[in-house]
Amino acid sequence: MAELSKTPVVFAPWNDPNEKPLIQFKNVTKRFGDFTAIDNLTLDIYAKEFFALLGPSGCGKTTLMRMLAGFEMPSEGQILLGGQDIVKVPPNKRPVNMMFQSYALFPHLSVFDNIAFGLRRSDMPKDQIKDRVAEMLRLTRLEKFAKRKPHQISGGQRQRVALARSLAKAPKLLLLDEPLGALDKKLRNDTQFELMDIQEKTGTTFVIVTHDQEEAMTVASRIAVMDNGKLIQVDTPSGIYEEPNSVYVADFIGDVNIIEGNAKVVDGGIEIHYAEGAAPIHAKTDKHITDGQRVSYAIRPEKIAVTSEPMADRANHAHGTILDIGYLGHLSSYFVTLGNGQKVEASMTNSRRLSRRDFTWEDNVWLSWTDTAGVVLTE
Amino acid sequence: MKKMSWFNLTSLTLGFAFLYIPMIILVIFSFNGGRNVAIWGGFSTKWYGELFHDEKFLDAAWVTLRVAFATATLSTVLGTITAYVLVRGGKFYGRTLFSGMTYAPLVMPDVILGLSLLLLFKAMFNQMGMLTIVLAHTTFAMCYVSVVVSSRLLTFDQSLEEAASDLGASAFDTFINVTLPNIAPAVISGWLLAFTLSLDDLVIASFTTGPGATTLPIEIFSEVRRGVKPQINALSTIMIAIVTVGVLIFSFSSKRRTLKRIADEQQAN
Repeated sequence: MAELSKTPVVFAPWNDPNEKPLIQFKNVTKRFGDFTAIDNLTLDIYAKEFFALLGPSGCGKTTLMRMLAGFEMPSEGQILLGGQDIVKVPPNKRPVNMMFQSYALFPHLSVFDNIAFGLRRSDMPKDQIKDRVAEMLRLTRLEKFAKRKPHQISGGQRQRVALARSLAKAPKLLLLDEPLGALDKKLRNDTQFELMDIQEKTGTTFVIVTHDQEEAMTVASRIAVMDNGKLIQVDTPSGIYEEPNSVYVADFIGDVNIIEGNAKVVDGGIEIHYAEGAAPIHAKTDKHITDGQRVSYAIRPEKIAVTSEPMADRANHAHGTILDIGYLGHLSSYFVTLGNGQKVEASMTNSRRLSRRDFTWEDNVWLSWTDTAGVVLTE
Repeated sequence: MKKMSWFNLTSLTLGFAFLYIPMIILVIFSFNGGRNVAIWGGFSTKWYGELFHDEKFLDAAWVTLRVAFATATLSTVLGTITAYVLVRGGKFYGRTLFSGMTYAPLVMPDVILGLSLLLLFKAMFNQMGMLTIVLAHTTFAMCYVSVVVSSRLLTFDQSLEEAASDLGASAFDTFINVTLPNIAPAVISGWLLAFTLSLDDLVIASFTTGPGATTLPIEIFSEVRRGVKPQINALSTIMIAIVTVGVLIFSFSSKRRTLKRIADEQQAN
């Protein structure tokens, strides 16, 4: 058993004003012809972070990564690595390595030579190269495949070769471009934890590009949600999930119910009037809201309980009928239509194996949730 | 295997007959014992023996081989560089024009190319000879090489080159150690193509040749105008044999590589 009394060390350099960021984007803009891929973006990434760039395709996340690798030059602005401007440094002179989406393994070289490729181009002595490659092979559990060519190993092994090759030079910064995209779901889950493990062991700063929000949530210390070349929100996974700053982020990460209404300031919070005749939603918020302001209320399905009677200890109740039930094994999703036609998704964990089906289609149910369960959004 | 319809079978037979009957006749008559080239006079290999004593033919063959070798090598280097720049050079001013111009010698009539090169070389060199033939052949052969290599480069995963540069390789290092090994089959094909083109060119070589640089096609052509000698049949048969063997080796080895690759991949997954 590990020492349970040990206090966990909170890794949050972004909250420490004395911490110097490893990477700084300063007002970076990148244009391809008339198209603006990155729009006046400023971002700090700290050493030892596992930083995820998340967004739909075409949002600029790959361009941002390619600028770090040196394959693209910003049209305007500065990119600093350890305080030094690296914009003019060519890719082969940067202490940055990249794991490519297609892995980009050299087909004519063996696994060993692939991993040694970068080391042979550094000033490392020959005998040390051998040791270093052996170490990388051990780290990625590829010892048995050192002599094989890339086409003689499986997809998962290829992915590990790509990782070993990009880690071999012990870069200050490792870039991962959709690293798990080509793997099937089971292998992907295993590999995610493997990646986190390796990141921790080597202490390398990882920047990962992905469009898979679950992947970003699992591996990252912080996530930057991007859209149209801009950062929408940069926060920890739980911050992004529980306190999205906009409808866009709330909607992009996970399932969410968005209810629009007019705010009314009351004692200790606000009321959101979203429909004629329906009881207003009680919500707490730090934001400055004025009377009559149009707001969006975002609430996750798992924060809403489905019961036959309203739950007295919760601040919000709504009555509706079940439109649809989705059984997902570990949980069931209930799609409920409220009196005014508003559709709300609520999910309940199936904690008992052979539970009676409490509700079925067309049943009248009550939805209950607390006044802190949802987030009030103004944009 | 599916049985062929009579229509397909007939077209196939006629097509192959059209292509190969002349060559088969040539091969058969190279073993003709009689002096008259058109009348069968019994089997004999004597013309082969005479061929190997014919200094003129042997000299011409040696010149041709050296020209073809030099042409193939020179045009492979130039053509590969051209292809690399056109495909990988990014956008530069006049790129479309350049890549269009690479194709021009492919469609230009040989006579015109030969004549223009003749005029140029007359002004440049005191005397024409093997060098001028090599230069002339390289002029058009490098375009073929460039086309072959370009098509391979277009399908070649560019992220390999980015990965090399990401791992610290310079542009030259990347080209030599990553790009070249992966486009090698296309480069070799280009070399063989250039070699063959040079080997059988008559028109351009006639324009740009000089004393002491008579290539085999020129020699054969001038001999044939004085009447077909049986040795020429023997010589042609040898050339057909060399080309056939070359093509067979090349296609067998590439077929074997493909099969091995498929087997490896099945084993890996």
